[in-house]
Order: sequence, then C-alpha cells, then structure tokens
Amino acid sequence: MQPTHSSRRILRPVSNWFILLTLFFALLLNLIPFGRLPGIPDWVALVLAFWCVHQPLKVGMAAGFVLGLAMDVADASVMGQHALAYVLLAFAAAGLSRRILWFPLAQQALHVLPMFLAMQLVMLLTRMLGGAEFPGLLWFLSSFTATLFWYPATYVLLTPQFQPEDKDVNRPI
Amino acid sequence: MSVVGHAPPPFFKRGPAPLVRLLFFVSLSLVLLVADLRFRTLEWVRLAVATAAWPLQRATGMPIDAASDFGAYLARQSTLLKESEEFHRRQLETANLLLRQRHLEQENIRLRALLDMRARQPVEGRIAEILYATRDPFSRRVIIDKGSQHGISAGQAVVDDVGVIGQVVRVFPLTSEVLLLTDKDQAIPVEVQRNGLRAILAGAGAGTMELRFQAANTEVQVGDILVTSGLDGVYLPGLPVAKVVKVDRDSTHSFARITCVPLAGVERNGLALVLSRRAAMPPQPDDLENADDPAAQGTRTKRKAR
Repeated sequence: MQPTHSSRRILRPVSNWFILLTLFFALLLNLIPFGRLPGIPDWVALVLAFWCVHQPLKVGMAAGFVLGLAMDVADASVMGQHALAYVLLAFAAAGLSRRILWFPLAQQALHVLPMFLAMQLVMLLTRMLGGAEFPGLLWFLSSFTATLFWYPATYVLLTPQFQPEDKDVNRPI
Repeated sequence: MSVVGHAPPPFFKRGPAPLVRLLFFVSLSLVLLVADLRFRTLEWVRLAVATAAWPLQRATGMPIDAASDFGAYLARQSTLLKESEEFHRRQLETANLLLRQRHLEQENIRLRALLDMRARQPVEGRIAEILYATRDPFSRRVIIDKGSQHGISAGQAVVDDVGVIGQVVRVFPLTSEVLLLTDKDQAIPVEVQRNGLRAILAGAGAGTMELRFQAANTEVQVGDILVTSGLDGVYLPGLPVAKVVKVDRDSTHSFARITCVPLAGVERNGLALVLSRRAAMPPQPDDLENADDPAAQGTRTKRKAR
C-alpha cells in the first residue's frame, strides 16, 4: 500500500487497533461541547472518510452506522440522523477510493469537500423534514474546515505506517 | 467447469456488494429516524448509551471548563467590584419586598382561606448548573447537571434570576436536557402583564419568539412584558417570560406578527433553578362528566345508535 497510488513509497500494513483508536479519539473530539460555534469540523466524518479512502476493506458503512448512532446520542439529535449521513459518506468515500488515491493531497481534499457538503445536506434535509429550524448558512463552514484538515490528517493517521520496518540499533548515522 | 446458470465461486470473499450494504444501512437509518421523530420510541436506547458515555462526556468537557475558569481567573478586580456593588444595590432594592414576603404570604393564605379558595402551591426549586449547550444545530437545548438521581423529572420548568429559560424534556440519571424557550418546538402560555390578554408564545429560532394567533388589532404594544398565565399546569403563573420588541399589523394577514425576545439569559450559561412540579390541575369539566357518569354516556351512545 502506498500513501497515494502515484507514490513509490511502500507503507507498512495498517494496524486494526490504530484504526479503532483514531476513530474513538475522533469521537472524543466531537464530544467537546463547543455549543453553536460555527466552523468546528466534524472529526468523526473526517477520520471515517480518511479510513474509507485508504482502507476500504476494513472501514466501511457498518463503522459509519455505529459511529453515527454514537454521535446521535451525544449530540441529542434525532436517532438515525448522523447514522444515515455517515453511511452515505462511507459509501461515497469507499467507492471513490481508487480514483481519489491517484491524486496529490490538495486535489484529494477537493474530492472530499463535496462529500462532506453532501453529508451536511442530508442531515439538513432529514431534520427540516422533521420540522426543525434552519441552522444558518454558517453551519456549512464546518465542511470547509474539515477539508482544510485533510492534509495534516493524512500525515498524522499514516504516521505508524511511515515507520521503517526494522530498526538497526548499530547503524552508524 | 461451471454448470450453466451458475457463476463460479469468487476468489475473494468480501460479503455483500456495496450497493446492497448501502441499501441495508440506509433503510435501517430511515427506520430509526421514523421511530424517533414520529413515535418517540427510542428513548431507552438513548438513556442506556448516554449513561454509559457519561464519564467520557464529562472528561471531554474539561478543556472548555478549564478555559472558562482561566478566563474567570483573569477577570479584572474592577469588574468584580462593580458586580458586587450591583448585587448589593439590587438586594437593597428588593429588600422591601423580600422582608415583607413572609408576612404577605401568611396574609394571603388567611385571606384565601376566608374566601374558600384553593391554596396556592408552595414553590420549591433545585439549583442546577448549565453544563453546556448541545452541539445539535437544529434545536436549542442545554444540559444541566441534575438528573433523575436528584429528583428531576421531565416537564419541570427551569428559570433563572430574571425569568423562564425553558422546560426539562429528557432526564438521564445524572444530567437532564432542557428545551429552551427559543426552540421552534417549544410553546408557552402567557399573558400580557399590562392588560391580562392571554396568548401562546412559541419559539421562532435565532433567539426570538413569536406571539401567535393574535388578531391584527390586538392590544399589544412594543415594550409589553409577557408573564406565564399558568393555564398549562406546568409553569407557575406570573413568571416573567419575554418582552415585545416588534408588532407588525399588516392588514393583508389576518394575524398580527408579534416578535418577542426572552427576558432571561436563555442561551447563556450559568446557574438555573429547576422548579418543582405543580400539583395536578383539577380535571376539565367535560372530562369530569364523562369520568363520573359512564352509564349516562353509555345510554347516550345507545340512543345515538338507535
């Protein structure tokens, strides 16, 4: 597995525990009560999309559904709102994974942005059908900030795979 | 050697196709959405998950708490002095009422006894801290730090030092959810303090409220104070709720558009008082008739059937 398909670097295999840990950590970040402050990225969506793009065989719609239910309870929103949005996000990210990974990071982020926006649109539609109020256009800002985090997230989440295979303790330099 | 009409077994087993999985999970989510939005049957799931996740939730609230504590630590002394002076002034201003309140209450009880009226329910409250506003951008709710372990139950009114904030809608063991007055789903029966005109005040989102279904020539002015009328059996009568800021009497609509803003610090954090439940209201007259006289009802239906 390479960081992108055009890269020559071979990565170490991913550890399942690390995927679980990052998803859990993203959930914790999402639990921080920022209230109605606009522009806070949806960390779970970011990490879920990342793993769906990089490991579509390990992380997929089932993970999206479970994380979505957790977010629904934590956010005090309607059960199924985040679940539906994350499942659609996971489907799109895993489906487009083969295409996205051919591009450099900036263009990968451009591919991910419409997915995040569509996810928020799905949430908006489900809640507006349920008779909720419109949260204002600033709410969509969080998709853009999440997209900005695609670049650092790639390096952070691939760090364990960037490590060398065997450490030579007697290496001179 | 494959038999006609049978595909060869796959090399890699990857479970059902993505589209099938998508359809499965989407339909599952839709079922959940309908069950929660329409029938409200998933409260027990929410209760279980929220209780299990409570320590995590408190832990994640720490950075925000620490930041606000640090901000308070840096508050200037002059600000604190000014605040303390303001509190003293307000205490003195209300001292006249406070000192005589016990006497007035006693007098009120005696007079009510003389007039043979139902005694007013004594009000008790429990102080709770507003922990945080929920992240859900589609509704306006806050979480307070008292739950069913502290005797809170759904339906109790929540007030601060100026007026009504909202109502407890969901109770967890250690926390509870308060629906704010400005939420679109929240409605509260009020009366205009100046002339006793009764109306229903509903949340309009964006921090405002709307006085609904008032005729275009209704007697409401900008600056009127709205207080609870107590007709719903939830809120005690006389609690200040909101102030009228705009009255739009467009004759093309049959109703006036009356915009109000809440008096209390709705959507601001701090301490709040959860009032105890009011005693149940006496049943409505027609309910009473039906309840007391099933035989008469039976004969009436029989007569109708004939």
